[in-house]
Amino acid sequence: MSTKPLKQIHLAAHFPGVNNTTVWGDPAAGSHIDFDSFTHFARTAERAKFDFLFLAEGLRLREQGGRIYDLDVVGRPDTFTVLAALAAVTERLGLTGTINSTFNEPYEVARQFASLDHLSEGRAAWNVVTSWDAFTGENFRRGGFLPREERYSRAREFLSTANELFDSWNGSEIAADAATGTFLRDARAGAFAHRGQHFDIEGHFNVPRSPQGRPVIFQAGDSDEGREFAASGADAIFGRHATLDEGRAFYSDVKRRLASYGRTPDQLKILPAATFVLGDTDAEAHENAHEIRRLQVSGQTAITYLEHVWNRDLSSYDPDGPLPDVDPEVGENTIALGRASVRQFRDPLATAREWRELAEAKNLSIRELVIATTARQTFIGTAATVAESIDSLVQQDAADGFILVPHLTPGGLDVFADTVVPLLQERGVFRSEYEGTTLRDHLGISVPGVDRKAAAS
Amino acid sequence: MSASPSPSDAPSPSDPTSSSAPLHLAVALDGAGGHPAAWREPGARPEAVFTARYWADAVAEAEAGLLDFVTLDDGLVLQSTSTDGPDGRTDLVRGRLDAVLTAARIAPLTRHIGLIPSVTTTHTEPFHISKAVATLDHVSRGRAGVHVQVSGLSYEERHFGRRAAPLSGAELYEEAADHVEVIRRLWDSWEDDAEIRDVATGRFIDRDKLHYIDFEGRHFSVRGPSIIPRPPQGRPVVSAVGAAADGEAAHRLVALSADIGYVRARDTGEVAAAVAAIRRAREAAGPAEPLHLFGELTVYLDEDGPAATARKERLDALAGHYEDDSEVFTGTPAQLADLLVERRAAGLSGFRLRPGVNAHDLPAVTRGLVPELQRRGLFRTAYEADTLRGLLGLDPHPANRYATPPSAGTAA
Ligand SMILES: Cc1cc2nc3c(=O)[nH]c(=O)nc-3n(C[C@H](O)[C@H](O)[C@H](O)COP(=O)(O)O)c2cc1C
Repeated sequence: MSTKPLKQIHLAAHFPGVNNTTVWGDPAAGSHIDFDSFTHFARTAERAKFDFLFLAEGLRLREQGGRIYDLDVVGRPDTFTVLAALAAVTERLGLTGTINSTFNEPYEVARQFASLDHLSEGRAAWNVVTSWDAFTGENFRRGGFLPREERYSRAREFLSTANELFDSWNGSEIAADAATGTFLRDARAGAFAHRGQHFDIEGHFNVPRSPQGRPVIFQAGDSDEGREFAASGADAIFGRHATLDEGRAFYSDVKRRLASYGRTPDQLKILPAATFVLGDTDAEAHENAHEIRRLQVSGQTAITYLEHVWNRDLSSYDPDGPLPDVDPEVGENTIALGRASVRQFRDPLATAREWRELAEAKNLSIRELVIATTARQTFIGTAATVAESIDSLVQQDAADGFILVPHLTPGGLDVFADTVVPLLQERGVFRSEYEGTTLRDHLGISVPGVDRKAAAS
Repeated sequence: MSASPSPSDAPSPSDPTSSSAPLHLAVALDGAGGHPAAWREPGARPEAVFTARYWADAVAEAEAGLLDFVTLDDGLVLQSTSTDGPDGRTDLVRGRLDAVLTAARIAPLTRHIGLIPSVTTTHTEPFHISKAVATLDHVSRGRAGVHVQVSGLSYEERHFGRRAAPLSGAELYEEAADHVEVIRRLWDSWEDDAEIRDVATGRFIDRDKLHYIDFEGRHFSVRGPSIIPRPPQGRPVVSAVGAAADGEAAHRLVALSADIGYVRARDTGEVAAAVAAIRRAREAAGPAEPLHLFGELTVYLDEDGPAATARKERLDALAGHYEDDSEVFTGTPAQLADLLVERRAAGLSGFRLRPGVNAHDLPAVTRGLVPELQRRGLFRTAYEADTLRGLLGLDPHPANRYATPPSAGTAA
């Protein structure tokens, strides 16, 4: 046997905002808006020594058939504002916010992340997402949208422009020497000029270099372009492949891409989103998981989900009956707007055919079919089973860790913190204490740009 | 136009914005203080102005003094004494953290004081600002406001590169008014009871209580609804500066769009004229919520008046030439109290004071001026409300413009 050291697992907590997995009707479910919920969730994550807390983003309420979608959790607070407030009630936990590169301007976003990094003493991270659609664009001054093909070209230039702004202060400018009257050592602090395809801007960035130099950068798209973007400039990927085979394939594909950008595999962490259901026995956990799936997918939810593929009103169908025998409506307009999940059905006719075959073979109703084909719980079992699965996926290079999304807000993480984390610590694969203070410390990734220690001395 | 006194010249005693109601006090915070050389004073902690601790300490001091709110200055360019671009000076504080984030960082550490960060409407998205301020209201449990300001600086425009040329004076203020209209409509776009969590029907929200705002303006349009439920105060407080120097359009923004206007004037006569003009414009537009008009002063306070003047002169010598946007006061807390009483009679309901040196003049406000005003029965001795609207005597939870009144249809 070789004595390859065990990989250390990275764990993070995804506050479940707008989503279709929170069981909001559970008597233990709390608010997803009140700051108390965020505080509870963040403190649990910090008590468990997690790397960071994660927030997703959506900039328009989802619609189905021209009406606001009302069956799932709807509404979420502003990312930057919540994260800044959470910095006051936590000390070490990283604070990762999803911020879109299409409906924002680099100067403003760079300023907000640099400010968050100062206000949290080095705990800020930015998940750069690239939604581009005209539907969302209706809420913004520019109106309209970005052609789909341009979303990553704008994202890349957005990120490189933001990096120019972050680097426009090297960290040694501020003297604040009252005796000599020198506040700035260097009057050029913050100077920048960027000319590109999407942005043509110049001036002076007005936030001094922040504790991490730059916030940690996450990427979340799954396409080839998305993976290239991540390989070129992200520190971590918020992924969706949390099973052994898919995870290993994604992991090796993305890590392989790093070399062409002069980067090493450990400079990009792969952290898929993952759910979990625990029980006192494995059998009990599976029962719990089944029950949760039934609560997540009501009859109505199943019908609306089917409508994403059929792209027509299916409200007259019985969710406990067979799949519709009519074919999906194929066309430009879509019945469901603002939902990322819709985009995965690029060929609705084929999807419908596949689903009908599956339903017939297994004798599934609409609701059962939807439960069978939509995302399952990633980790199900006793705390020991779940700890074993997480560790084994990480040691087999299917991931570097996981971003956990509980199905209950805000208390869903508590049981994981109390039962699974200690087992991972016993295995020696997860920290018992924070070793550093910044998110870069937790993730083991260095600050790009200047060597701050050298600059300070 | 009639020159006869308008009804607002004789407000009812229950009007929280009348000049006989208890006085309201706020402080404006930026860097080390209102004086450019403030950072060189003992105790100024200039190296700390980019830390949360510094701001938390300042706001805790303001809250200990029972002040109504703090405003946090901000801007999207490096501070400059020139309007052409950065002045290249290395002897003054340069750099600022985002004010909305700073306010959010402080919110969980305070309980009563209102938090009003500045935003520049010229360059920001009303959709983003609306949800940020709504969220600040949620994290502070009803203590949020927003101070709207415009920027016609071409070198600031170059940070965004969105427009070929900056908007001109009046257009900037019209756009700011549209911005305020949009953020308020978005706050109202969810009725208060839109989240129903009705397990029986499987509906999380009642979508009939969510509304498209469909705003169409000259410079932008916004569809809505917001992505965040209505904030605890319903409508967080909006403030703006009505400086006569900025012209009629600035006055109009305060008169028609603000909950609090800061009146910049040099003497009591100018205050009275500005107040009358703003109130006339407000009334001409029809019924509206009460409007607070606050005086603005940069203050240097010491136990004897000459010491305060000498301190300011010493700082002036260090800073070189500069001009303060607001009127400058030097003297004792008792003398300042006298001036505030006189100014108030000209139609103001409160004051926003800018400490010349935060480290010195902020505690002088909270520990010198406040007790002096309390002795005169002019200022609160305990917080009487938990929300900013409550402290200002405004309707604690204004009706939602989109909500159908329960008695709809029965009205004659
Ligand atoms: C796991 C995952 C999470 C995502 N989360 C968000 C999000 O919170 N907000 C958002 O606007 N887009 C989100 N996206 C969308 C991506 O940013 C991107 O726009 C989309 O995946 C299309 O890019 P692609 O073709 O590279 O996948 C997410 C994507 C993935 C794969």
